[in-house]
Amino acid sequence: MSNDANVDFNELSLALDAAILSIASVPDLPTLDGFRVQFLGKKGALTEAMKGLGKLSPDDKRTQGAILHGLRQKLEQALDSRKQALESAQLAERLARETVDITLPGRGQAMGSLHPVTLTLRRIEDLLGQLGFSVAEGPEVEDDFHNFTALNIPESHPARAMHDTFYFDATTLLRTHTSPVQIRAMEQQQPPLRIIAPGRVYRCDSDATHSPMFHQIEGLWVDESVSFAHLKGVVQVFLQRFFERDDLQVRFRPSFFPFTEPSAEMDMSWNGGWLEIGGCGMVHPNVLAHVGIDSERYQGFAFGLGLERLTMLRYGINDLRLFFENDLRFLEQFA
Amino acid sequence: MRFSEQWLREWVNPALSSEQLGAQLTMAGLELDALELAAPAFSGVVVARILEAVQHPDADKLRVCQVDDGSGQPVQVVCGAPNARAGLMAVFARVGAELPGNLSIKQAKLRGVESFGMLCGASELGLDGYNDGLLELPADAPAGVDFRSYLKLDDHIFELGITPNRGDCLSILGLARETAAQNNLALGGPELVVIPPASTARIDVKLSAPAACPRYCARVIEGLNNQAVTPLWLCENLRRSGLRPIHPIVDVANYVMLELGQPLHAFDLDRLAGPLEVRLAHTGETMIGLDGKTLNLESDMLVIADPTGPVAMAGVIGGQNSGVTSGTTRIVLESAYFAPEAIAGRARRFGLHTDAAHRFERGTDPELPRIAIERATELLCELYGGVPGAVEELLSSEHMPQHAPILLRPTRIERMLGFSLSDERVESLLTRLGIMLERTDGGWKATAPSHRHDIRIEVDLIEELARLHGYDHLPARLPVAPMDIEARPENQISLHALKDRLVSLGYREVITYSFVDTPLLTKLTPNLTPLVLANPISSEMAAMRTTLWAGLINALKYNLNRQQGRVRLFESGLRFVPDMAGLKQEPMLAGLVFGDERPEQWGHKARKTDFFDVKGDIEALLELNGAKGHVQWLRTADTSACPALHPGISARLMLDDEELGWVGLLHPSLESALDLPGKVLLFELRQSAVLQRRKTRFQPASRFPIIRRDLALLVPDAVSSAELIACVMDDAPAFLREVEVFDVYRGQGVPDTYASLAIRLILQDNERTLGDADVDALICDALARLQTRFGISLRT
Repeated sequence: MSNDANVDFNELSLALDAAILSIASVPDLPTLDGFRVQFLGKKGALTEAMKGLGKLSPDDKRTQGAILHGLRQKLEQALDSRKQALESAQLAERLARETVDITLPGRGQAMGSLHPVTLTLRRIEDLLGQLGFSVAEGPEVEDDFHNFTALNIPESHPARAMHDTFYFDATTLLRTHTSPVQIRAMEQQQPPLRIIAPGRVYRCDSDATHSPMFHQIEGLWVDESVSFAHLKGVVQVFLQRFFERDDLQVRFRPSFFPFTEPSAEMDMSWNGGWLEIGGCGMVHPNVLAHVGIDSERYQGFAFGLGLERLTMLRYGINDLRLFFENDLRFLEQFA
Repeated sequence: MRFSEQWLREWVNPALSSEQLGAQLTMAGLELDALELAAPAFSGVVVARILEAVQHPDADKLRVCQVDDGSGQPVQVVCGAPNARAGLMAVFARVGAELPGNLSIKQAKLRGVESFGMLCGASELGLDGYNDGLLELPADAPAGVDFRSYLKLDDHIFELGITPNRGDCLSILGLARETAAQNNLALGGPELVVIPPASTARIDVKLSAPAACPRYCARVIEGLNNQAVTPLWLCENLRRSGLRPIHPIVDVANYVMLELGQPLHAFDLDRLAGPLEVRLAHTGETMIGLDGKTLNLESDMLVIADPTGPVAMAGVIGGQNSGVTSGTTRIVLESAYFAPEAIAGRARRFGLHTDAAHRFERGTDPELPRIAIERATELLCELYGGVPGAVEELLSSEHMPQHAPILLRPTRIERMLGFSLSDERVESLLTRLGIMLERTDGGWKATAPSHRHDIRIEVDLIEELARLHGYDHLPARLPVAPMDIEARPENQISLHALKDRLVSLGYREVITYSFVDTPLLTKLTPNLTPLVLANPISSEMAAMRTTLWAGLINALKYNLNRQQGRVRLFESGLRFVPDMAGLKQEPMLAGLVFGDERPEQWGHKARKTDFFDVKGDIEALLELNGAKGHVQWLRTADTSACPALHPGISARLMLDDEELGWVGLLHPSLESALDLPGKVLLFELRQSAVLQRRKTRFQPASRFPIIRRDLALLVPDAVSSAELIACVMDDAPAFLREVEVFDVYRGQGVPDTYASLAIRLILQDNERTLGDADVDALICDALARLQTRFGISLRT
């Protein structure tokens, strides 16, 4: 056994210990890799020592091999742990570098909004749709037959004067209510009929509480035994659902509309008093006669509500004029 | 209808407070609009006699009065009223009195003379409708009596909104009848007497229009004291009904109208030229009304005429030249039933609204004229010493309102109200209203009293039953109805869906007036003549919109004036287009965009919205109805379709043969004419076209690979990208799936009037994998077509 075939374990071990100490504070991965090459590379000190083992006796090979293997494990452990530490530091640094101010606003198109009257209308359509009411529409430039005569308001009737009508000529006008739509619906279809007719209506009147244009919704249910009790029931439950208040009281007060008999004004409890909310009644037999429906067989109810009024109450809007000014600061409050 | 609560209670006096009575009337359909005090609070005011009134030593306009206020000692008062005179019964506020307006009466010295109290005029007591000066009380007024109790001022004024069907409630009698029925009480009131003639004086009356006037009563009353004044109690009842005293005779006529509901008219007999005739006016006739205005009468207007012409417009207004004056001593008193159809609307044609017309056009009681003329005679004789002649009564029975008995069936009551009333209850309720009932097969025959001409058919009786039973006590329940599932065709989309998508694209919904300024419409749609209102509120709201853009532009300007720089709006609604067939009322969906494409944002480079942004929005809308790929975007330049838009930056959208709408930039000349500070993009779509949906048919996806080829082409400006793509697609094999423009370049390397368009071809076959040969052949053919048709070549 030659001396030079023996490895100087002390020297190697000391060199390794020194290297392991340095490895713990290596600043970056290339430097760390330098240490790996120095000991474990093709010509590395530990690799060379391992190569030398082949020349030894089996006993020496076993003992020296075990020692070398231990040294190698120690070194690899140090290299791995330092590598991990360096990598996670690098990741942490990258993450920190990439961090953004997530409180900055998002990009993209700003959303628009629906007009509050549309919101009310949709709500009504949803609620009354559950009872099978479907939407009907009609023209806004009307003839006086559909707006008045067919609704049992003959010429010179005082009720015509109450309507503040916009005229184009003697017989053409802007509809003053949505009731002509019920006439058109009944002209086209025999009962049973269950419709709601929303839309713009016009009155020649303009001040803080009157707009020359506003929206009404008309409900009509004609069948063989639709009664005043049903009218009361439908309107009451509808208003309770609309305002989401089961304790809402609805009062029916005798009134007069030429196209209904009996007729009523609907009041609802609001802030300790009564608030007029619309008109209603049982369709007048003369109206049914005008559209060729047998009033001995069929009867029904009709009601009309002001959409702006309902919208103002629902959203706490205090000025009718806001609806038609279309100020973005108003509109953007409704989604 | 305004009236004194006390007056009503003289007729019927239910055990209800004022508020309760008001609530009851409201729930009877006679809505209480206001409940006011008849006089404001004051105290320490008594009836007093002026014993002596002498000139103040130091003031021309003041008098020193000695007043008997019932205390036994004359009281000295300095007074400035010109009518302060010895013997006058006046109203006196004692020292310590509290008057309206926080006025406390104290002892005072006026120009050196002591004054202990104040003699009052009506205005100082808060009573409107009297002349200036001291309020003059009748000679028999008892000195010392509290003035409030003397004039019964602790009273309320009710104001009711009377619906047009209840003309019978435009009187104390009518309201008393209703109140009596509501409370099941008997009706009181003054005894209505017949005044026998005391002279033979009479006037001839000819009834030439019996259909318009089936009943006419006239009576001559002579010997009226033209020095008499209207008694204070009568003035007070007029005042509490909102009427002012006018003339002693007219005041009596008005009083009876308020009391009984029958309008009366008094002619000065000495100003009539001869007998009267009730007839229709002749065309061209005129009359000067009591208000001094000349009325050009029309042939459907009923008049009372003497031989010289009309002396009154029947039921509307009297003539100035035949009315009573301060010297009148002999009158013809008229009390008639005029048919509502003969009166209705006539006053309005002259802008007149009189208490008489208001009642006649709602229908008065045809049986009332005789009763009312007697009541007025009674008062005129009692108050002014009139001597009555006999009543001339002309009656055309055949023209009187005829009311056949109405059949009332319990089954109908139950079906209509949703519950049944006992026969006894029905009879009890209707009888209270004066309705006569006769039992018959299946119900009753009901006859309404003459004052309730609004009760004509069975449902009218049912309403009366409901009203008296109380609407509050009628049942309320939800209907039970057969269920059904409504048809919902999938080829129709709802406007809601389009609106929701516009909201997602950043548009805010507006609602603008349907009528706008005519000049604005003329600018936007010069080819259309808008429909114009005959009676607009203002010229800015006179013309029916021919395009929704008018309202949108107004809304834009409103917001620009409020410092908004970015505006995206939409509206749905009708536009009104007069055409050969009449008027087209077409539902449209329109939008307007102004300012930056997106809101100002830290991470986005600001850029003004352009045509292609709005085109993208429209394409997003069209995706909803499956039409996006089928819509043609045509230049508007060649047509006069859209003169409001920039001819080079606007499109007319066609789907098959249907015009879908228009999109584009507002014409620069309009932009400056409308004083807009920047570019405005607009669109307007026909709802009828965009709400149609193409139903989806599923296509299986190909399993074979996709090949993409890009080509850069030199394209003359005259050729549109749509034409180019169509040309490439033309005759191409089915495996050419898509052709798209992905870049447009102009500038260096590209000749003027040319653009370099980069197009992408997507090729894929359903049956096989495509080879280079397939692709090369397709491209070769396409390039050849492009070259031949448009002179387009590859950019090298």
